[in-house]
Amino acid sequence: MELKQQLPVHTTKLKENKRSFIKKELKRNKYVYLMLVPVVLYYLIFSYGPMYGLLMAFQKSYSPIKGIFGGEWIGFDNFKMFFDSYYFWRIIKNTLILSFYSILFGFPAPIILALLLNEVRKKWFRSTVQTISYMPHFISVVVVVGMLKTFSALDGGLFNIFRDFFDMQPIMFLAEKDMFRALYIFSNIWQGAGWASIIFLAALSGIDPGLYEAAKIDGAGRWKQLLHITLPGITPTIVVMLILRLGAVMNSDFQKILLMQTAPTYETSDVISTFIYRSGVLEGNYTYSTAIGLINGVINFALLIMANSISKKVNSTSLW
Amino acid sequence: MRRSPGERIFDCFNVLLLGMVMIISLYPLLYVLNSSVSDPNQLLRSRSLMLLPEGFQLEAYKAVFQNSKIYSGYMNTLFYVIVGTLLNLLMTSLAAYGLSRMDLYGRKTLMKLITFTMFFGGGMIPTFLLVQNLGLVDTRWAIIIPGAISTFYFLIMKTSFESLPISLIESAKLDGANDFRILFRIVLPLSKSILAVMTLYYAVDHWNDYIGPMLYLRSQDLYPIQIVMRDILISSSTESMGAGADTGFAIGENIKYATIIISTLPIMLVYPFIQKYFVQGALIGAVKQ
Repeated sequence: MELKQQLPVHTTKLKENKRSFIKKELKRNKYVYLMLVPVVLYYLIFSYGPMYGLLMAFQKSYSPIKGIFGGEWIGFDNFKMFFDSYYFWRIIKNTLILSFYSILFGFPAPIILALLLNEVRKKWFRSTVQTISYMPHFISVVVVVGMLKTFSALDGGLFNIFRDFFDMQPIMFLAEKDMFRALYIFSNIWQGAGWASIIFLAALSGIDPGLYEAAKIDGAGRWKQLLHITLPGITPTIVVMLILRLGAVMNSDFQKILLMQTAPTYETSDVISTFIYRSGVLEGNYTYSTAIGLINGVINFALLIMANSISKKVNSTSLW
Repeated sequence: MRRSPGERIFDCFNVLLLGMVMIISLYPLLYVLNSSVSDPNQLLRSRSLMLLPEGFQLEAYKAVFQNSKIYSGYMNTLFYVIVGTLLNLLMTSLAAYGLSRMDLYGRKTLMKLITFTMFFGGGMIPTFLLVQNLGLVDTRWAIIIPGAISTFYFLIMKTSFESLPISLIESAKLDGANDFRILFRIVLPLSKSILAVMTLYYAVDHWNDYIGPMLYLRSQDLYPIQIVMRDILISSSTESMGAGADTGFAIGENIKYATIIISTLPIMLVYPFIQKYFVQGALIGAVKQ
């Protein structure tokens, strides 16, 4: 009984304490808070604003006059419509396959490049290779796709000149549905592997050289050193990068695919984000596309959390 | 140091492999450069790997430079790069300074809320409608404001600010400087290299951006160079380039190559000089992770 009586007094006191603490803190750091006002506003409006806009996914249609809360609520109908639609399996399959191949071929590429570069003894050679392999990173997506397009021209395009060498018929690469995935993934590797290798090189340079000395004394060759020192040394970096990558499994590179795809390749090139763009921005089905976007975001987020917690357990490496 | 035969074979193999990486990285660019100055008629006939230009002309470049769309695209891009990057730097510095102050009440909560936006967002359509409702569509602001802070770059900058000695800020406070003064007079001048990295990251992003302009711009006279190039390179509207009937199809292909070179050259020329900063930025990013 006594305790119960004391409790309210105690909490009000605490509250008062807290309030005066916040007041003091606000005064002491007022300029810092002032600086953070535009930052907080920015995130509220441009990051949390669209999240609030996700409510549209549960409405029949969006009316620019009535705003985000003015539509007719229809529960999960938009989601059902998507699951039942003809395109559902096609875009889910394409998104997952593209992502899977990107991880399978694209993810190891910068790691292998970094390992190879790390074995180079001549400094000038190493920095030349690095400089040149970063270059494609600075070319815009538009130009990369433009290059793909000119290279795959039937008459005199670079790719078809190569095909000619091997006595193969020229083909319109960007109009072939079977070529889309390969073109997408290999051009990504061409453009990004050098640049992405920087992070792994940074991790490699952080390995204690003493470990290598010790291994040499123990008679380990370069292969053994790679297996027992180098790889374990960069494993945390690899794991973190892989988690981030898994958290984006449902995101393919929207910018690039949109530029690359042509009507004949939709069967392999249509992914969630391009579908959202077409049905949302171009056809104006705002609420329906918002629902698809929400499914996408939720799956991504769930995958990220899963990958992170698995890696926390297995590897004690995690993002947070 | 003596090397075993096995190691020697490995070294040779490694050098060969990396040589191939260089060729693969560089060759497409060389091919484009050669094509852009080659004689259009020879270009069509030769069907070679073209290690050197076939013939020589600069007509394509003339046509590109005289094109008013490319000119206005260039100017617009310059505007987006300069104004956009300045706003990015200001906002990111404010966020990074504020949140690098360990003594700030509510810092952890704010950080959680900001980091969360890296992994989950409203997506394309709600963002599009938001920008529309704010009345930004078809204005230059639509390109500049919605991406004012990149959370990833902000984290890099915050890490860098956190490495500055705290006593510096404390002694400035004792001398009566307020936080704005501390940020602009002490912290930023001491962070020149991270500022360079941020400038380059943001500027390259603006230079290459086409999705924002595609979604939010309607008027052609606001289009940045990337949209103009998309029309030339991918939608294949070389006719609109004013190549004219007399020059015909052949020079049209040259114009495409010349456009690629002109739009890529500025960044390619600057890049070797600034490479070390890029690498430094990536290093800081890696350390953070």
